[in-house]
Amino acid sequence: MKISTMRDLLDAKVLCCEDKLGNHVYSAFGCDLMSDVLAFVDNQAVLLSGLVNPQVIRTAVMMDMNCIVFVRSKVPTAEMLELAKESGIVVLCTDKTMYNSCGILYSNGLTGEREAKK
Amino acid sequence: MSEELIFRFNVDGDDFTSAGQASVQVKKNLRQLGIDAETIRRVSVAMYEGEINMVIHAGGGVAEVRVTDEYIEIVLDDHGPGIKNIEEAMKAGFSTAPDTIRSLGFGAGMGLPNMKRYTDEMHITSTVGVGTKIVMRVNI
Repeated sequence: MKISTMRDLLDAKVLCCEDKLGNHVYSAFGCDLMSDVLAFVDNQAVLLSGLVNPQVIRTAVMMDMNCIVFVRSKVPTAEMLELAKESGIVVLCTDKTMYNSCGILYSNGLTGEREAKK
Repeated sequence: MSEELIFRFNVDGDDFTSAGQASVQVKKNLRQLGIDAETIRRVSVAMYEGEINMVIHAGGGVAEVRVTDEYIEIVLDDHGPGIKNIEEAMKAGFSTAPDTIRSLGFGAGMGLPNMKRYTDEMHITSTVGVGTKIVMRVNI
């Protein structure tokens, strides 16, 4: 799914790296627990989170994710946006809840990550 | 690469928000060396979890990354409280982190299992009251 399509579906604001809205994501992971993100995510995924601190961005950097969606109207700090910009990660912000955001993306064809790695 | 390369970082234990800076830098350095993306990810995730642990539990420490032709080795050395029972600490979900850390997205007992999952070798030596040393290797 194109990141611009996600933006439209979630009625989201683009806070960073607008030039990369044409990039694709192939799976998604919704979580506020960063260690689980580090355990379960594969390439080119989008992270949906309601957690706001720089570790969310660094976790996405570690996992080569190219988009983060902050749900429940959570707004990242300027420092976080700077970190995201350095790594070319698109940051979106939506008023929708985590559950609704995931449901909208899933029902439009963006499926989740595979099962937990053993 | 004929000679090994060593990157060394002091991990600041006072500021959780800055935790992970060394891992981000290592990721950049490894990219510049032309290491493949999957290897870089395994190294940087393992180091990132270790770095977070050092900040949460040990008040910081020293992280060293050695790059050779055959493997990348991460050595994390701290003078924190040490790990009482390593076997127990390795279990997914076991954690001694305070709730404040959990509210920041970590401390759910996945750090050490993740470090093991992403590396080919991992050795922990720890003495209560003295500190902990973790050596991890990812084969290239």
